Amino acid sequence: MIRPDQLLCPSPAGLYCPPGDFYIDPVRPVDRAVITHGHADHARAGHGTVLATPETLAIMAVRYGEEFTARRQSLGYGETTSINGVEVSFAPAGHVLGSAQAITKWKGMTIVCTGDYKRREDPTCPPFEPVPCHVFISEATFGLPVFVHPDTRGEIANLLGSVQRNPDRAHLVGAYALGKAQRIITLLRLMGYDRPIYIHGALQRLCDLYEEHGIDLGELRPATIDAKDGSGKQDFAGQIIIAPPSAIQDKWARRFPDPLPAFASGWMRVRQRAKQRGVELPLIISDHADWTELTDTITEVDPEELWVTHGREEALVRWASLKGLKAKPLSLVGYEDEND
Amino acid sequence: MQRFADLLDRLILTPSRNGKLRLMEDYFRAVPDPERGWAVAAITRDLDIRSVKPAMLREMTAERVDAELFALSYDYVGDLGETISLIWPGKRGANYQATLTEVVETLNSMSRTEARGTVATWLDALDPTARWALIKLITGGLRIGVGARLVKQALANFGDRPIQEIEELWHGLAPPYTKLFEWLEGKADKPENAMKAPFRPVMLAHAIEEADKARIDLSENAFEWKWDGIRVQAVAEGGQTRLYSRTGDDISNAFPDLVESMAFDAAIDGELLVYDPSEPPFAVRPFNDLQQRLNRKTVTKRMLTDYPAFIRAYDLLWHDGQDLRGLPFEERRALLERFIETEKPARFDLSPNVVVESWEHLAELRANPPLDAIEGLMLKKLSSVYVPGRPKGEWWKWKRQPFLIDAVLMYAQRGHGKRSSYYSDYTFGCWREDENGEDELVPVGKAYHGFTDEELKKIDRYVRNNTIDRFGPVRSVKASKEEGLVLEVAFEGLARSKRHKSGVSMRFPRISRLRWDKPAAEADRLETLEAMIPE
Ligand SMILES: [Zn+2]
Ligand SMILES: [Zn+2]
Repeated sequence: MIRPDQLLCPSPAGLYCPPGDFYIDPVRPVDRAVITHGHADHARAGHGTVLATPETLAIMAVRYGEEFTARRQSLGYGETTSINGVEVSFAPAGHVLGSAQAITKWKGMTIVCTGDYKRREDPTCPPFEPVPCHVFISEATFGLPVFVHPDTRGEIANLLGSVQRNPDRAHLVGAYALGKAQRIITLLRLMGYDRPIYIHGALQRLCDLYEEHGIDLGELRPATIDAKDGSGKQDFAGQIIIAPPSAIQDKWARRFPDPLPAFASGWMRVRQRAKQRGVELPLIISDHADWTELTDTITEVDPEELWVTHGREEALVRWASLKGLKAKPLSLVGYEDEND
Repeated sequence: MQRFADLLDRLILTPSRNGKLRLMEDYFRAVPDPERGWAVAAITRDLDIRSVKPAMLREMTAERVDAELFALSYDYVGDLGETISLIWPGKRGANYQATLTEVVETLNSMSRTEARGTVATWLDALDPTARWALIKLITGGLRIGVGARLVKQALANFGDRPIQEIEELWHGLAPPYTKLFEWLEGKADKPENAMKAPFRPVMLAHAIEEADKARIDLSENAFEWKWDGIRVQAVAEGGQTRLYSRTGDDISNAFPDLVESMAFDAAIDGELLVYDPSEPPFAVRPFNDLQQRLNRKTVTKRMLTDYPAFIRAYDLLWHDGQDLRGLPFEERRALLERFIETEKPARFDLSPNVVVESWEHLAELRANPPLDAIEGLMLKKLSSVYVPGRPKGEWWKWKRQPFLIDAVLMYAQRGHGKRSSYYSDYTFGCWREDENGEDELVPVGKAYHGFTDEELKKIDRYVRNNTIDRFGPVRSVKASKEEGLVLEVAFEGLARSKRHKSGVSMRFPRISRLRWDKPAAEADRLETLEAMIPE
């Protein structure tokens, strides 16, 4: 059989497939790209052809405009296509709407590239599906044993508890605009929160897109206060407002009554991280696999070889070597390993 | 333990003072005795708990977690206690959660080996937040940015009482403060018989800034030297004698010579100093001599004869059953003078009045004090009543200019708490000649404040980019004639010290400026420092 690096190998533009002549999640413009999901560090504009799930193509069109690529090729979960003789298919990654693991097969060799993934409850996308393979390429954003995220619904309950204890304070929840924001909203709804949820203007188009894909977000209202006379300010006391993380410490936040900054992210596990960002209510909710999810998934998939990419690669490679699993870090550049 | 941990966690993340008070008040309302009292003691750091060494916790963790994975995690998190709390593999089914009361009681009745096993079972059952609280508690590293005074304010709010009442009672009380809570909840009388000779919260002065001068009318003030000892309160009532630090800590045990001499019924505010036994009383010795008597576990006879202590009295707060704090300073001063004159307490004298004619005169006195043991001047409004804290416009202090030197950064250590991800504790050195006649740097002091957050980030980057060696949390950085970061260090005084390699020790050193512009070779020499030591 062929060597795995004949099928996929790291290159400056990203993970490259020589026989298929395509890249997975390239960080610079290429002729042919396979895109795992719509986050900006994985999905960039300006490629010749983009192969992705229909949801990811729709997300890219919303973020970059309809002209984000010369040609689109849509491939649903479970469908297979061939690129220059290399078989390519997608399986759900459970990360955000449309997120997929890219499965490549050639001359009997199968490599699965997870993109980003998680194993926790997320009503906005189908759950991760383990796929048998020779080489498993795993992300490692939270690849340290200190990252064991608590139960997600427990964190949502903390948010609801805080709203109840502080009825005079506007709760500003920082959450990434693609995926995290909609996941928080759907989880709030599942836990019985039926009041309107206010959203920052930057979330509007993506929330609309999620709704178009059949994800019910309940009543959303724009989080706007008349800048001139501040009318309606008091309406926000005791309400939940979702905003991009950068906004919760911004001037924008100060227009709300006694704002209580919250941040939904796996990084909130480390107390000093929360403290440094001025977060009063850390919500440890992540769209990436934590240490347990990473190691359980690798054990379940049981590949012959593990490649580790973006994040804290060393620890996961060390864990694999302790288990006797062949592993190496793929030092790919250009991914923001702090996003969550 | 869980509720206590949640309280700590929220206190850390809540920036506003009122928010913190509310969290504590809610906690006192929700949690029964004695748990809430132990929590108070833990936060005010009055909790006497058999401590567990961080090294032991590290060993226990090493039995459970691969060393390399631990090292990678510790490097990322930056705080040992937090790393262990997060990485500790909890045990499924271990769900018996120890209470704070149980932790305190059990740990104090146990041997070290027993403690090891018990701590492990506690850690197994707790969640990371509670593990973190437990670890900080038992290693004595509980720093959450909440001072004892804020806790007392929360207690005052909880019981709807003025904080002063609580502060005055405080030293007659012991954890878990059950009697205090009973009183605050209206279920019992004030536990005041608990104690004679209470501490009375101290009145403090503002430092004079240039802009203040216009607002100060010198003719309305009295003047005294600011003596360079430690501010204390000496209280004797009905045979009970106590010596308090200015924060209200009872330091009687360290000064038996002084305390035994207190045969009066009064509360005196003054400066604790050491005098020269070979001269008539009271020739004040420099601060370094007083230092010999601080932070010692035992007081030797030798120390009592070589470094005898006395108090230079500033103020009379209470005398023969009468609270004098409501009187103006002028009247209290007259009463103090009469007290010293008539009762002649053996180890007390009066802080003399200083006559000041003008701001120029004041500046001159400040620049040329008659003794090394003087660190500046005090201005006290004649009409000022004695109130706790730092009331505006009543008392002023004008300290002597600090000493300044340029030194070279040699080592940097990771900080604690909010700064645990930065190298924020710095050791710096000055040049001297070694045995071969070559210049070498010798450490002369350590500082961890004086710089802004921006400067901290810059120094941190410098440290990371110029590291030549690492030992645990310490990095040694490039420091030679050609390369090195020069720090301008300000400090309050200098003394000879056998314990330091350089032979000198600094008082209150802080970084006053970063001299990115100055070549390391031009930093000060040790001889310059030696010349600053008072005789
Ligand atoms: Zn992603
Ligand atoms: Zn990613």
